[in-house]
Amino acid sequence: MPDATERSILITHQVGLHARPSVKLTKLAKSFDADIRVRGEGAEDWVDAKSIVRVMGLKLRMGTTIFFKADGPDATQALEALVGLVERDFDEHAA
Amino acid sequence: MSMRPERTFPAQVASEGLAIGRIALRRMRSLAAIAKGTPEEEVTRLEAACLAAASQLERLIGLAEEEAAAILEFQSALLADDELIDPVRQRIAGGEAAAAAWQQVLDGQMADYQVAEDEYFRARALDLADLRDRVVELLAGGAENDVVVERGAIYVGADLAPSRFLELDWGSYRGGAVVRGSSAGHVAILARARGIPLVVGLAATESMLVDGAEAILDAESGRLIQDPSAETRARYQRRAAEREAEAKLHATHLGKPALTRAGERVLTYINVDDPRALPAVDPENCDGVGLTRTEFLFSGEGGLPGEGRQFAAYKALMQWARGRPVTIRTLDAGGDKPIPGLTPDGESNPFLGLRGLRLSLARPDVFRVQLRALARASVEGDLKVMLPMVTRPQELEQTRALFQAVVLELAAEGIAASLPKLGMMVEVPAAALNIAAFDADFFSIGSNDLVQYVTAAGRDCESVRDLYDPLEPGVLELIHRVVQHGKLTGREVSLCGDMASDPRYLPALLDTGLRAVSVAPARLARAKALIAAYG
Repeated sequence: MPDATERSILITHQVGLHARPSVKLTKLAKSFDADIRVRGEGAEDWVDAKSIVRVMGLKLRMGTTIFFKADGPDATQALEALVGLVERDFDEHAA
Repeated sequence: MSMRPERTFPAQVASEGLAIGRIALRRMRSLAAIAKGTPEEEVTRLEAACLAAASQLERLIGLAEEEAAAILEFQSALLADDELIDPVRQRIAGGEAAAAAWQQVLDGQMADYQVAEDEYFRARALDLADLRDRVVELLAGGAENDVVVERGAIYVGADLAPSRFLELDWGSYRGGAVVRGSSAGHVAILARARGIPLVVGLAATESMLVDGAEAILDAESGRLIQDPSAETRARYQRRAAEREAEAKLHATHLGKPALTRAGERVLTYINVDDPRALPAVDPENCDGVGLTRTEFLFSGEGGLPGEGRQFAAYKALMQWARGRPVTIRTLDAGGDKPIPGLTPDGESNPFLGLRGLRLSLARPDVFRVQLRALARASVEGDLKVMLPMVTRPQELEQTRALFQAVVLELAAEGIAASLPKLGMMVEVPAAALNIAAFDADFFSIGSNDLVQYVTAAGRDCESVRDLYDPLEPGVLELIHRVVQHGKLTGREVSLCGDMASDPRYLPALLDTGLRAVSVAPARLARAKALIAAYG
């Protein structure tokens, strides 16, 4: 994806990219037409952000940086929305 | 009336009660008995099973509390993910049966989680196992899960998993009888908490049972009677009417504080074995939680619960109680409650072995996680932490020191925490006899174990059943001493155990001066009624 837009953000959610945050992330990714890929800091492989198997498979903990790239008509909006979700700690209130 | 003769199948009582209805027979055949179809047929079966599993999960998510719902949503998302399903389809195309292919793929995924560094991710292997079994069960049983059950059915089957128990419509089913399982099992605990009659160890095979036949589930003496005669039927109908009248009478006491005839207040707490049963209980009807068995958090295979998961569970309990005291017992593994990978194997007498607090102190790595979660939950309300199987005062002091260290550690990390009240179970005779040496904030008598240790008669040992007697003078004398010590020193003494809600034993307990009990939620009304009749 040479033209893909790319963004990165640090996971600050207390527990990391766990079950509920991962479900939210994939659901949000699925709401866009763009092909969206995600990878964790230090990992080479980009995986499909719309697949829960792949996203949970990254096993990302708190304090890791997560990278997104998207390719498609709504790529910019998709990245904006996904980064926003991580920024808002996945809309979960850390206890 | 049926032309078939009456047939009685013995069983063990797991949850006391009585039900008259018709048998709803769940197929008992195994996967191996199902013929494999063509790859196209197998894919169709797989997809139907996944679809059915997805709709079951949706329904469960609606019923579950927040933390459980998050886990179910994860499972539901997995079912919708082609990354998971495509490899199964490929295996089926290669000639495998749907169930085998599904199991292979899920087992592969589970293996990946089991080696994860992070405890939380390791524990997700359990969710995958749950999902795997759910779909396999659907593949084995076809679509019968969606069958509408007529009111008054009696669930009869080979087994009943806890998740299945929770999703059955207990407004339609009046009770259950299963071949496998034990009265100490998880489903038995759930059934008791809800007051649903259940027998286990049913001595019957599928060929002996008739779907739709009239039946009586006698979970008082332990039997299922198929095609009862007119006389049998009439006898049980009389008994059912008696029980109903009793229950009605008891129910009038439920919403009121428990007072003896003389007007003395008796605190009535509830036992929490599994928080999933809590939404059905109104906290207004009790004085708080007298015992939380944290084994429910540890009961899955592989992977112990992390601090976050434990904290979430404890916090939910505190929120449910709305300011009432909540007593949480630290892990009481061992004895009849083994936990793979934690409790020792091959002890010659596990009841006298490394169990309860002994095990926790031997495994500070595991214990610290629980203490941290409890110290965090302590700021959420009135938390009382209770230690099981305390034998010597040093064990209590050792735990207090660990607890204090954990609170300091959390403070240094900037996490809100405090030291809760620290109490102990009184179930080891050595501790009961030496009670004044224990500087505990409160005492709770664990009558089930105390009776067995004082009488030297195992509670599961049929041949010495008459010796396992809660009214044994030695038992009552020990309870009396602990109660008096509590009164003299201003420490609360309560009792949690089957004795507390049993009409045969409760008056004798009140005679010792005991004024706090903790009972299964479904027994709350009965305990209050018994208290009201006392004195």
